[in-house]
Amino acid sequence: MFRYIVRRLLQMILTFFGATFVVFALMFANQDDPIQALVGEKTASDSLRAALTERYHLDEGFLTQYWYYMKGLLTGDLGKSLTGRDISEMLADAWPVTIRLAILAILIAAAIAVTTGVYAGIRRGGLFDNGTLLMTLLLLAMPIVVLAPLAQLVFAMELRWFPATTTKNATLYELLLPALVLATTVIATQLRVTRTSVVENLRADYVRTARAKGLAPRRVTWVHVLRNSLIPVVTLIGVDLGVLMSGAIVTEEVFNIPGVGFNLARGIRTEDGPLVVGFVSVLVIIFLIVNLAVDLLYAALDPRIRYE
Amino acid sequence: MSDPNLITVAEAPDVSGRSRSLAGDAWADLRRNKIFWVSAVLVVVILLMAFLPSLFTSADPGACALSNKHKGPTGSAIFGYDFQGCDVFARTIYGTRASIEVGVLSTLMAGVLGLVFGLSAGYFGGTTDAVLSRLTDIMLGVPFLLGAVVFSGRLSGSEDDGVWAVTLTLGVLTWTSAARVMRSSVIAVKSQDYVAAGRMLGASPGRLMFRHILPNSMASFIVVLTILLGTNIAAEATLSYLGVGLKGDAVSWGLQIAEAQDYARIAAHPLIWPSIFLAATVLAFIMLGDAIRDAFDPKLR
Amino acid sequence: MTDIKATMDALPGIDHRAPLLQINDLHVEFRTRDGVAKAVNGASFWLSPGETLAILGESGCGKSVTAQAIMGILESPPGHLTAGEIRYRGVDLLKLPEAQRRKVRANRIAMIFQDALSALNPVYTVGFQLAELFRMHRGMSRSDAKNRAVDLLDQVKIPAARSRVNDYPHQFSGGMRQRVMIAMALALDPEVLIADEPTTALDVTVQAQIMGLLAELQQQRNMGLVLITHDMGVVADVADRISVMYAGRVVEEAPVHDIYARPGHPYTRALLESIPRLDLKGHQLNVIRGLPPALTDIPRGCAFNPRCRYAKDPCRQDPAPPAYAIAPHRTARCHFFREVLGE
Repeated sequence: MFRYIVRRLLQMILTFFGATFVVFALMFANQDDPIQALVGEKTASDSLRAALTERYHLDEGFLTQYWYYMKGLLTGDLGKSLTGRDISEMLADAWPVTIRLAILAILIAAAIAVTTGVYAGIRRGGLFDNGTLLMTLLLLAMPIVVLAPLAQLVFAMELRWFPATTTKNATLYELLLPALVLATTVIATQLRVTRTSVVENLRADYVRTARAKGLAPRRVTWVHVLRNSLIPVVTLIGVDLGVLMSGAIVTEEVFNIPGVGFNLARGIRTEDGPLVVGFVSVLVIIFLIVNLAVDLLYAALDPRIRYE
Repeated sequence: MSDPNLITVAEAPDVSGRSRSLAGDAWADLRRNKIFWVSAVLVVVILLMAFLPSLFTSADPGACALSNKHKGPTGSAIFGYDFQGCDVFARTIYGTRASIEVGVLSTLMAGVLGLVFGLSAGYFGGTTDAVLSRLTDIMLGVPFLLGAVVFSGRLSGSEDDGVWAVTLTLGVLTWTSAARVMRSSVIAVKSQDYVAAGRMLGASPGRLMFRHILPNSMASFIVVLTILLGTNIAAEATLSYLGVGLKGDAVSWGLQIAEAQDYARIAAHPLIWPSIFLAATVLAFIMLGDAIRDAFDPKLR
Repeated sequence: MTDIKATMDALPGIDHRAPLLQINDLHVEFRTRDGVAKAVNGASFWLSPGETLAILGESGCGKSVTAQAIMGILESPPGHLTAGEIRYRGVDLLKLPEAQRRKVRANRIAMIFQDALSALNPVYTVGFQLAELFRMHRGMSRSDAKNRAVDLLDQVKIPAARSRVNDYPHQFSGGMRQRVMIAMALALDPEVLIADEPTTALDVTVQAQIMGLLAELQQQRNMGLVLITHDMGVVADVADRISVMYAGRVVEEAPVHDIYARPGHPYTRALLESIPRLDLKGHQLNVIRGLPPALTDIPRGCAFNPRCRYAKDPCRQDPAPPAYAIAPHRTARCHFFREVLGE
């Protein structure tokens, strides 16, 4: 276990610097005029030019720039957006509603994907299984830019079951429709992985042993098969978080939820470079930390890894 | 599978039956698969719309009259008009081209990168593998859309339509899955007896790679690329929707959806039709990939 | 403990004078996309308390499927039990409702499998997997059940049982894992134990230890043991009687010493001749020509006829040879058993 954790930590540190470097390089690489890149198509005033040059140390070498960028990231100093607001403050403002949205979406997705996936796996080849496969196919084919506006149109504007937009202090009910939309971005893969893994585990020898022990079918499935089948599903959580972050940008934009994704989408539209780089960097760090946590969870679920 | 009887049952037809190549088997399987035919027909229709849009509509997608703003379907414009008075049907048909162009080019790019990186990592192993695997980890450490919004916004000049910027972004950020699949199937194939036999008979690394390893690793690689094509098309729409994809005068489903969404309360049809076309296109490629995978790997069915 | 057992899983119609286990004319087939494979085609045998019956045959002869059918853990589909009876103390298990059938498993009839590593659940400790039996069948508390698990590990001679009870299957050696399997099978004091190739996956020295342990535990408990194996050497040491299976049928049945001295079926004879023997060093080994038949296409008449050196016309025609009583307590399904016996 100890060696496993150490190895994962070292890998994470490497990935951390690599990934932040990629973000930084994507932003500033190959730019004749980095300031123009930061402000987009707007014209930068002299005072803005001076401020940005100082902020990003543009008058120094590339590696020095990266060093200052990392220092800012690690000390929580993200600078100011082009509108003059403190980016850390904007982030702090936007977090709570996004976290609630994300947790709601994750819970919805996990509940649906695991139960449906297990039943589809048990009844492999049956009507329920084929119906579920078809449904996942349709979900996979619905990009969030299709799903979010259509869901808003149908369920909020036409049927009026949910409000079309929300505020910072949205209730769980107000967040339900966006959370459902967000959940659909990850349900299909989670469900498919659960199903495949249940199908494989049902054939395993230890299932035969469990039945030979005279255990009830329900116990065989939900204790013996499920625990083994969840291992690959848990590893998906890490990847899914990235999908959820991407989905949240569009979802919050569509439903006007003033969270992280909404601010980021506005930053993209108004070509607010400092805002985009700041938000994206923080999201990447969260993504990496969650992935590390998932690796540790994986070890907790699979003793064969733990005692490696 | 420790039960010998079950193995006998599974292998029985092989012992007595005819032997066919894996590809031949897969094709025989595909031919019987309805999903394959549905998706194949869809793909052909989509390709026709992309490259010969005039087959489907005689209207000019650029000819818009504000007097037609948000008008419902008419005889010539069967999907009605959008907020600028443009023919929704014509724009949706012409929008196919951008999606397919970006999708195909970016997938090709991801495929080439994935092929080179995956093949070298799997074949050479050791340090090469370690370095390339860490690089893959790093790329996977940046969630795709986050990388894309930072990257593609920087690339396009203000004049062009952004096709190259989006293609480059998608290609550079999505090769990892292709590389991983290539690497693991090369490692699996490499350890098989016939490759070891080839090496002992003195086959050169190049010959081994291209005559033995590559053809046997191709099946899963092609499946990944087919599905990637679908998801890259969806990604293009998302980027365009957010304003960092195609821009300006470009005709694209993502742009159509973004524009129509603001007026969805007044007129839903300009939102619905490009959405359906986009979903159908993504669906067609994902189904095609699924069908091919099932054919090559029947045990997962 | 015995009275708890009697009340917890009383079986209606149980007759203590009836044979412990009796299998009559069992038929099992696997219905797959590529055709119907007839895995068991009329297997019959019986077992008494304290006795060891070896079921001997090549892989694919239906011996493991028979064992799974007795346990009621055949994978279905594709497996289907199409005919026959499985009587435990006179009760036909196939006629019991599933809930009662389940109580027979582990309580009355238990089974150990060939590969203990894959037969144990990798994500639970062996203690959990043992205690589970007491919790589910006896309603014991977690801590009581855990203590019983430690006792069991002690009984199968696993050193430091109290600490090892919290280990996972992959932390045990092959031999120790098989001991865990045995402990699990014996947990609820079954009267019948079915061991499916229990030592095949193990080293020779460990094999002997495990067989010794099994024999010892069997004697202590006066258990009936069905030992499924393809290894004639193992059989000679521990079995009382042997049933030889071929293509899903018992082709010969006899006390162990009789069969080694004078086999009554050409297949048994061929099996015995294919064992390398020190005293015949330098002679060419007799191997059985040909392959076992595909279960989708079993030959007419006697299934062994294409590989048999005694085969004549009647062997190639239906019906298959009946079970001739060739000597006291001996049967063989061969028209020409006299020739085979060398009379």
